[in-house]
Amino acid sequence: MGRDEMTNLQSSRLRTTVARVYHNVPFYRTKMQEIGIEPGDVRGIEDIEKLPFTTKQDLRDTYPFGLAALPNSEFVRIHASSGTTGKPTAIPHSRKDLEMFSECVARALCCAGVTKDDTVQVSYGYGLFTGGLGAHDGATKLGATVIPASGGNTRNQITLLKDFGSTVLACTPSYALFIAEAVAEAGIDPATLPLRIGEFGAEPWSAEMRAKIEEGLGIKAYDIYGLSEVMGPGISNSCVVQDGLHIAEDHFLPEILDTETLKPVAAGRQGELVFTHLTKEAMPLLRYRTRDISSLNYALCDCGRTNVRMSKVVGRSDDMLIIRGVNVFPSQIESVLLEIPEAKPYYMIVVDREGILDTLEVQVEIDERFFSDEIARIDVVRGKLKHALDNALRISVKVTLVEHKTIQRTEGKAKRVIDKRKL
Amino acid sequence: MIIKQLSVFLENATGHFLGISTCLGKAGVNISALSLAETAEYGIARMIVDDEKKGAEALREAGYNVNLADVIGMNIPDAPGALSEVLAKLAAGGVNVSYIYGYSSEGSANLVLKVGDPEEACKLLK
Repeated sequence: MGRDEMTNLQSSRLRTTVARVYHNVPFYRTKMQEIGIEPGDVRGIEDIEKLPFTTKQDLRDTYPFGLAALPNSEFVRIHASSGTTGKPTAIPHSRKDLEMFSECVARALCCAGVTKDDTVQVSYGYGLFTGGLGAHDGATKLGATVIPASGGNTRNQITLLKDFGSTVLACTPSYALFIAEAVAEAGIDPATLPLRIGEFGAEPWSAEMRAKIEEGLGIKAYDIYGLSEVMGPGISNSCVVQDGLHIAEDHFLPEILDTETLKPVAAGRQGELVFTHLTKEAMPLLRYRTRDISSLNYALCDCGRTNVRMSKVVGRSDDMLIIRGVNVFPSQIESVLLEIPEAKPYYMIVVDREGILDTLEVQVEIDERFFSDEIARIDVVRGKLKHALDNALRISVKVTLVEHKTIQRTEGKAKRVIDKRKL
Repeated sequence: MIIKQLSVFLENATGHFLGISTCLGKAGVNISALSLAETAEYGIARMIVDDEKKGAEALREAGYNVNLADVIGMNIPDAPGALSEVLAKLAAGGVNVSYIYGYSSEGSANLVLKVGDPEEACKLLK
């Protein structure tokens, strides 16, 4: 679809959505009246900046269904956010919403090269979290064979990979890494597994982590992006070109805004990703602030898709640590550790304050191949890690080596930061 | 002679070495010599055991980082100057010693030496 055609489609859908929330959701009607705009003032996507924002706090304040634009009788499923950063929020879906959801996930899978001939092992958790059921419905829509493994019981995951011949694994990247480690420990050569594609999402991960997972499982790993409040997985997905994630922008209108001013950033620059629903029925949101940091690329992609690409999410604006005035994302630390073979890809970041000075400690496991009986050699490893982290983050980092397997392996979203500062 | 030494990485914290000795005990592996090197945060337990393969396997199974290294095990007289004689030979041959541990009893002393080049060290000590 050409850009003009897409803009027309988005504009027409935006007008419909704005009119629907104005007439059906008191929250939005009040907000728009406060700003002094009416649905007729929004003629197309060029007027998006006139519209009010929606935040996670708004969803909490109106919990559970205060932002719904349909009566509860039209809900066919209710998901809830995983509550990574506070109490959960409820997200109702109409029948049409679920059809749109599965359509988007099917497209996302297709973007990664999955076909109806594939066997998709869904190792995201099933339940209120959208990962499990979202991937499940999308893969079903595509016509692939679905194995609803859900998360956990890693030994059984490996049995399923072998016995059912799964060709696609869908889970969080940290769990994929854990499965890769378990495959190695079981003495299985990943080349003997039929697995060929990974669809990983629900948490930020680095390009280096992708390389590590690809090597460990003998697959190509793709990014599937989503968040429960907007839909779930499938809002965007990386393609074979592996240079950004194509957004289903006929359903979700993206913006990138400066995190301070909330004004659009210059083309291609990083900022906070904001989505406006274009087709959602049960609970359409205007300008939902995701807190994810990304950028948009409107250049045509070599894969042939014309829809806009977002960059891999580098982190969340609320994940960002400010240490001695320097912005630090956990993903930067991960990138460094994954490039150093002496370190295992498991780490914990501990932020504390001694007097008036913030301290940043990175606890990491040493790879057994580099473990030595001589203190001097282990100190060389520690020095190497410290040097690399200091350089990448531009602040002094304390590196603590910890015993093998003492950093928690995770089956869902990884918790990587402990902030002990009492601010 | 060259013998195998089993080393394990451990955090410098209460009860951590107990985990290692319990693991070896359960596996039926006997420790005949032991040295613990410690820093503020972590330590290395270095052990001579009767079955290093079995010991390493049991410890890895329990999730420890294990290293097997060649060290020199030797018996010298329990007398003043005996250790100097050994070290002088190694120094003359240009072999560096990383660490030593040992003990004496009943008139002789047992030493474990970690050196840069164990084979060269053996030749020099003959």
